[in-house]
Amino acid sequence: MSSAPTPRTSLSPRPKYYDLNLLNLPSAGKVSILHRISGAVLFLAIPILLCILQASLTSETDFARLKAFFSMPLVKLATIGLAYLYAHHFFAGIRYLLIDLHIGIAKEPSRTSANIVLALGVVSALAFGAWLW
Amino acid sequence: MVSAYKKQSVGASYGLSDWLMQRLTAVVLALYTPFLVFCMVMHKPGTFHEWQGMFNSQALRLATILFLSALIWHAWIGIRDIVMDYLKPASVRMTALFLIGFFLIACFAWSVAILWGR
Repeated sequence: MSSAPTPRTSLSPRPKYYDLNLLNLPSAGKVSILHRISGAVLFLAIPILLCILQASLTSETDFARLKAFFSMPLVKLATIGLAYLYAHHFFAGIRYLLIDLHIGIAKEPSRTSANIVLALGVVSALAFGAWLW
Repeated sequence: MVSAYKKQSVGASYGLSDWLMQRLTAVVLALYTPFLVFCMVMHKPGTFHEWQGMFNSQALRLATILFLSALIWHAWIGIRDIVMDYLKPASVRMTALFLIGFFLIACFAWSVAILWGR
């Protein structure tokens, strides 16, 4: 009754409302959620890729059929999409391995490396797309 | 009589080895990826026979099965993390993990069959 809690004016206003919109995440957050999403999709792609590998090595007919399949524009687009997810997962994974080795863990370098990872994913997918098309 | 009870301050202890295997397998995957790109650039397999010929090499087969085992192991740990994050009811989680584990083991057997079963 005697002492009211003293207002702590030095603190920022509470409650805090975090912006949970994925598009407004900092680069490292985007790298992280894309790493998870790409990992999940790549897991789902394992049986498809094994099917393709099997058919491509089985016979000349299957190989020709696959070639025709992959010449369809929608299939090409899907392949480029999958290549993007693989590339992003690859570069983000290397960034995490480096961070595990305490390389680039400070705020600024980690933001830079996150941006590099985001860019490299897109660039590799574009390069792959140019080669495929 | 009071028995000495020592509280275990650690978990099931597979967490650390999973964490480590996630990274070791990642290194294998990261090494195979540019290796395969290099092979493709060197051989440029455009026809079925060139493509099959490339995979007749035992070295590439071994590298590929090493890659696929690392991939399957890596996927298991990653998917297990995702399942533990989003599937809360124990029965659903355990069923999902069982099915995924079984599926990935089958994928490994399938990979061996693809590479050597011709």
